[in-house]
Amino acid sequence: MRTPQITAMRHGGLEVVIAVLFCVVSLGAASASAPVRPFERAGDAPPRHRGDELVMDSLAARGIAPAAICSDAVFLRRVYLDVIGTIPTPKEARAFLGSDLPGKRQTLISQLLARDEFADYWALKWGDLLRVKSEFPINLWPNAAQAYHRWVRTALAENMPYDQFAREILVASGSNFRVPQVNFYRSMQSKTPEAISKGVALGFMGVRPEKWPAARMAELAGFFSKVGFKATSEWKEEIVYFDPWKTNAVSFSVTIFPDGAPATLKRGQDPRAAFADWLIRPENPWFAPNAVNRVWFWLMGRGIVHQPDDFREDNPPRNPELLEWLSRELVNADYDLKHIYRLVLNSRTYQQSSIPASEHPDAVPLFAHYPTRRLDAEVLIDAICQITGTTETYTSATPEPFTFIPEDQRSIELMDGSISSPFLDMFGRPPRDTGLLSERSNLPTPAQRLHLLNSSHIRDKFEKSKKLRTMLQSAKKPREAITLLYMTILSRRPTEDEVDLVMAHQAKHRMDRRRTALDLAWALINTKEFLYRH
Amino acid sequence: MSRLSVSRRDVLRTAVCGTAGMMFGSRLAAAAVSPKRVMAKAKAVIQIWMWGGPSHLDTFDPKPEAGSDYCGPFENPISTNVDGTRIGEMLPLLAKQADKYSILRGMTHGVNGHETASYMVQTGRKSGGRDVYPCVGAVASLFKGYDAGYKGLIPPYIVLTSPQGRFSEAGFLGSRYRPFATGGNPKMTPFAVEGIVARGITEKRQRSRRQLLHSLDSLGHAMPGSREFEALDACEQKAYDLILGDAGKVFDLSTESDAARDRYGRTTFGQSCLMARRLVEEGVPYVTINYKGWDTHKKHFESMRRQLPELDQGMATLFEDLSERGLLDSTIVWWSGEFGRGPKIQKDPPWNGGRSHYGKAFSAVVAGGGFKGGHVVGATDEKGLAVVDREIYPWDVTSSLYELMGIPPDATLRHPQGRLIPVYPDLDPELKGGGRLREIMT
Repeated sequence: MRTPQITAMRHGGLEVVIAVLFCVVSLGAASASAPVRPFERAGDAPPRHRGDELVMDSLAARGIAPAAICSDAVFLRRVYLDVIGTIPTPKEARAFLGSDLPGKRQTLISQLLARDEFADYWALKWGDLLRVKSEFPINLWPNAAQAYHRWVRTALAENMPYDQFAREILVASGSNFRVPQVNFYRSMQSKTPEAISKGVALGFMGVRPEKWPAARMAELAGFFSKVGFKATSEWKEEIVYFDPWKTNAVSFSVTIFPDGAPATLKRGQDPRAAFADWLIRPENPWFAPNAVNRVWFWLMGRGIVHQPDDFREDNPPRNPELLEWLSRELVNADYDLKHIYRLVLNSRTYQQSSIPASEHPDAVPLFAHYPTRRLDAEVLIDAICQITGTTETYTSATPEPFTFIPEDQRSIELMDGSISSPFLDMFGRPPRDTGLLSERSNLPTPAQRLHLLNSSHIRDKFEKSKKLRTMLQSAKKPREAITLLYMTILSRRPTEDEVDLVMAHQAKHRMDRRRTALDLAWALINTKEFLYRH
Repeated sequence: MSRLSVSRRDVLRTAVCGTAGMMFGSRLAAAAVSPKRVMAKAKAVIQIWMWGGPSHLDTFDPKPEAGSDYCGPFENPISTNVDGTRIGEMLPLLAKQADKYSILRGMTHGVNGHETASYMVQTGRKSGGRDVYPCVGAVASLFKGYDAGYKGLIPPYIVLTSPQGRFSEAGFLGSRYRPFATGGNPKMTPFAVEGIVARGITEKRQRSRRQLLHSLDSLGHAMPGSREFEALDACEQKAYDLILGDAGKVFDLSTESDAARDRYGRTTFGQSCLMARRLVEEGVPYVTINYKGWDTHKKHFESMRRQLPELDQGMATLFEDLSERGLLDSTIVWWSGEFGRGPKIQKDPPWNGGRSHYGKAFSAVVAGGGFKGGHVVGATDEKGLAVVDREIYPWDVTSSLYELMGIPPDATLRHPQGRLIPVYPDLDPELKGGGRLREIMT
């Protein structure tokens, strides 16, 4: 049933009118009628698809005003960060902001989805989920962690259908070095059938089965009760295989799937295969919803089911029709995840401003605006390195085999969760111990603030930056230098007010151009606009 | 009940609101709040972490009778101010302070790999369960830090100067309980604590730049009422309180007299000991000195001749100074590496007189905060190869530390997957241990 937006508005009736009036009165300049420069643009955008209509319907039903549409500059920055974990270069920013082509946002989305950094950035996110880490407590060992990372990255770069991705992981057998996806079974809290089934349920169903009744949990574990592990004569090689004669501390039977359907195994069939085939059926109640909900969470900052890895009956989706629609889209697109990215990124919902137009408590869970989130640790340090033309040093704690990390490697490309730095740890990089999405912490701390405001680590990057010096020398007038810094750091031109403020700062403190530029660069990387996805 | 029954979500929420979630409180105040029911004997812990594993034979468990294949050039241990206790000849100053500390010669865990041994000694947990437990400092930061009413501006868990990096110190407790690593070098002037002490930026420029930052914060201005941004602003305020205020002056070692600084030795380790004392005096509950350079596979005895005098001077002065200031009764000093070093010297190439990793028998030292001084707990055989009397496992030490820190016996840690895990590792009936250090606990 299609429900055009206008009908929904009529349904909302008086409530909507009151809500709009309320917004105008309470928020003044922030109301939908006057766009906030330079973050919003004038004029609304129609719903792009059924998903937008479902969001608008749910908002209208509660009298929540959606936010305005974000400006091109905000969109540019946002979509770069969300899709490739990278800020635009000034050249890219100029090209996009200066273009009058219709549909330029859609074109940019397609271009970004095809970039190499897409695979880098999403391999990082998947590495968190799959616990790709060589050291304690996952102990994959460096070359196995690297092989696994490469397999995941390649699958993302080639856009392997998601059902195939899950199945290849779940039924894999072979050497941890030569069949990289078997490392999935080596990256659990332990190798018992219960622990493996928890990892499977968390990763591919968004479920925490420890919240299930014990009997149901045991039924699930049965499918992973015949996973064997054996060493070879090669140092740290381990073979994962189907071991029909394996015995466990408790015995398991394989009779029933988690949705209650009976399971009958053929003679000699690996129960993992039966499970995988059940999992990736289109009607599976967890598989596609979990996949689309997680993409939605990654891009929109919050799941339709929230927390996104905690699907259960008493934690229902806030907009069930939206989740159902997205799931159907994934199935109908033959599990092409990029199709889901495209739907979300092109939506009106995604392209809303982050400035709320409503203070209704449901505005956040029903997606009335784009939520601000601090940049991921890796993305933040990469952005600072890109701006200053500097690099970070990474080394592996495991001496043999020594993992060489090239000087110019970006942090989003790090293949192994054990390779880190004080900066990444301080800014909440997940230790990859559990695979829970909440392991990554983007909460601000005073220590982070101290580091960005006042550390020699960050300060040296700016003061010793040849890239910035060369760039600033090319500027003929102070105004030009200010614009260059804004384009490099915030991917937009400064407003007239902002230029005046910088010039006044320079005049007041009688500073030379270099010092002014350093102060400005320092200030800009410490603004919320730089530190947050917005 | 313990504060830990607070759910993870609550912790996150308070963190967002910018109150209890702050790493730094509003004012520098001494001492953590003692949990109910249990009196804390120790208000603070100074952990001297001997990164790489120091030789027990060359420090606190000398074996001159074993011959030169074992003790190399150090054949003449010295007597201490405690009758009947001898220690290595390179530690004459520590010999004069032996009444203040007790030597644990029965340490054992049997693991010879750095990663696993470090994890075991610092967390007091067996490896292999695949859960990553928090180390003692992270547990202290939970029970004696902001969650327990600590109000200091200086973070409650400090590492001088860099994290040890083998595993995630906070384990499953999460990044909020990680240590603040100072960076810089306390031997240099100024001691450039990363983020707090900036070279060559005047206070005036700090203030003018901050003003510029605020005036250019256009997104912040467009979103007044944002709770996310309020939390960030609160962090910024705390950061500037440290940058511009008096709290950061605790790191300014130049306010100590030359004599006081010389007494500790003008070495990174010596000045770290002085720094640790100052932090404890200010009420910081847990300080780790991450002392590198003890993984001496090669040139072992050359390294010992260079490093042991540094260790001797810094650590002996720390005991003496803490004691003179009346701080030793409430401050635990815990000296340990992840293991000892092979008693038998490896004379063949490529080692040419080095010592290997050795987890079967090694020594640690504890003092203060409820530990009696002047005792020796446990003993090794005549060559220092095995413990022959009173085995002490890592969990025996950590459980004893927790008890003296006043952590309630039934306190729990909340695992992110919802389980509650006892803080005291030795409550696990299946764990073989030698028992808490009752013989030296007051």
